[in-house]
Amino acid sequence: MSMALPLLELRGVNLSFAGNTVLDNVDFSVGRDVIVSLIGPNGAGKTSLFNCITGFYKPQSGSIKVDGHELMGLKPHKVTQAGIARTFQNVRLFQQMTVLENVMSGSHCRSRAGAISAILGLPSQRREEAAIRAHAIECLEFVGIADEMDRDATNLAYGHQRRVEIARALATRPKLLLLDEPAAGLNAGEKQDLLNLIGRIRDELAISVLLIEHDTGMVMKISERISVLDHGVIIAEGAPKEIQANPKVIEAYLGQDDGEDLL
Amino acid sequence: MSVFDIFLQQLVNGLVLGSFYALVALGYTMIYGVVKLLNFAHGDVYMVGGFVGFLVLSVVAPMVGPGWTGVAVSMVVAMIAVGFLGVVIQRVAYQPMLNAPRLSILITALAVSLVLQNGVLTLTHGQYQPMGADLGFGGVNLGLLFISYNQMILVGTAAALMIALELFVSRTQYGRAMRAISIDKDMCRLMGINVTAVIAVTFFIGSALAAAAGTMAGAYYGSVWYFMGFLIGIKAFTAAVIGGIGSIPGAMLGGLILGLLESFGTQIPGIGSEWKDVFSFAVLILVLVLKPTGLLGKSEQERM
Repeated sequence: MSMALPLLELRGVNLSFAGNTVLDNVDFSVGRDVIVSLIGPNGAGKTSLFNCITGFYKPQSGSIKVDGHELMGLKPHKVTQAGIARTFQNVRLFQQMTVLENVMSGSHCRSRAGAISAILGLPSQRREEAAIRAHAIECLEFVGIADEMDRDATNLAYGHQRRVEIARALATRPKLLLLDEPAAGLNAGEKQDLLNLIGRIRDELAISVLLIEHDTGMVMKISERISVLDHGVIIAEGAPKEIQANPKVIEAYLGQDDGEDLL
Repeated sequence: MSVFDIFLQQLVNGLVLGSFYALVALGYTMIYGVVKLLNFAHGDVYMVGGFVGFLVLSVVAPMVGPGWTGVAVSMVVAMIAVGFLGVVIQRVAYQPMLNAPRLSILITALAVSLVLQNGVLTLTHGQYQPMGADLGFGGVNLGLLFISYNQMILVGTAAALMIALELFVSRTQYGRAMRAISIDKDMCRLMGINVTAVIAVTFFIGSALAAAAGTMAGAYYGSVWYFMGFLIGIKAFTAAVIGGIGSIPGAMLGGLILGLLESFGTQIPGIGSEWKDVFSFAVLILVLVLKPTGLLGKSEQERM
């Protein structure tokens, strides 16, 4: 792959539900080894954009490429295999499974042993199972909660559940990690830890991060680039300083109750 | 015979019956887990398993004899063949209905049940087919109690299959994916799990276990016929509900409990064996009233 090619590239993506336009001709890209934020008022279509990238929504037209490979029309599990992982606004861990099992489930798409060798318990399958376990533990160590791996996932403190979700996403070995409001519900200390973690994901794992976040302070601190989505249209794109000064952005936010957040 | 003799003998009988119920109940519960479908065709899959076992045995018996070797070969072939039948049923009948209302897919399952039953009815003209297995009458006399080798092999085989399933579910990627799918299917897709493939594997395993039970039942009771899956299908469903539908250990426990209840129930003075079905279904109603989630089932939590 040519390095000039962006990691993720959306061109002319249109999405509508029953005649209501959700995304209007969206052009958007994410480079390599970068942290990019997608911001915008509530209902702007940010999560819908994530759902298009991950294959859950089928845009009416447009192109979504990762590393030059077209994702449009691919099933969600193929999109994950192509190197995209995501987390959710509200934590969605597998209940009744341990922390470690949750993270191990993320490695499924990278496993090569087929169903037959799994049913027969062949040595190749056992070796792979051991490798998956080791990788899952690495991911848990990376996010700093390896000591809780045998607990039931839903018994963890909320902030830790968020980390399990990130570890599970990392276990899919993504090139790009989509985080949907990762700071929601975290206290100030936990937010700082999250900032450090996101930085390390980019620096140490060379994974690009695209986040949707309402905490504008955090967004300004961590992002190299910011895109602003309003009513399904990308109205601005640039470095944090440019975005803060952009009159269109200020206007979009002033229409909102939380308009002062940005200023 | 003393009361104690009878107790021990019924314990053994109950274990045998319970093994059949448990093997069939496992398929019910696994399939419910991944697609939330009560597969009412599952008893008929068991019946087809019995017939495939019957056909294979009639081919291999001249070569390896009609003893347990022949039955074992028949059972393995039946498991593989019927496993694939399960996958085909899923793809043809259930896959297109996955996003339809729950009632539609339930009716589809009843239709599949009728297709299998009437298909075999037409092919066999409704005749009992003698299995032709010769398992002998040997056994071990434990003083008060006689246990035949057949009973031991049968319960042992069922136990081995259940242990293998438990290892598969707890120690392999597919098993983990199966559990994960029963919790949150969309999340599994985002984890890169090929949900369709895992569902197919689940149908394969569930159907293969039913076929194992069908072949063993045919060999043990001596014959197979097109209607043999009806009652055991409902009993296995009962067992799965008693244990907690969706729970694999629950299905094993429910099957054994039901087998034991039936065999002991018939010993109560004044209650003959013709009452054993009344017994089972009374227990089903009791469980549904007192603990609708079953003994090992967890209550469903709605996520927002």
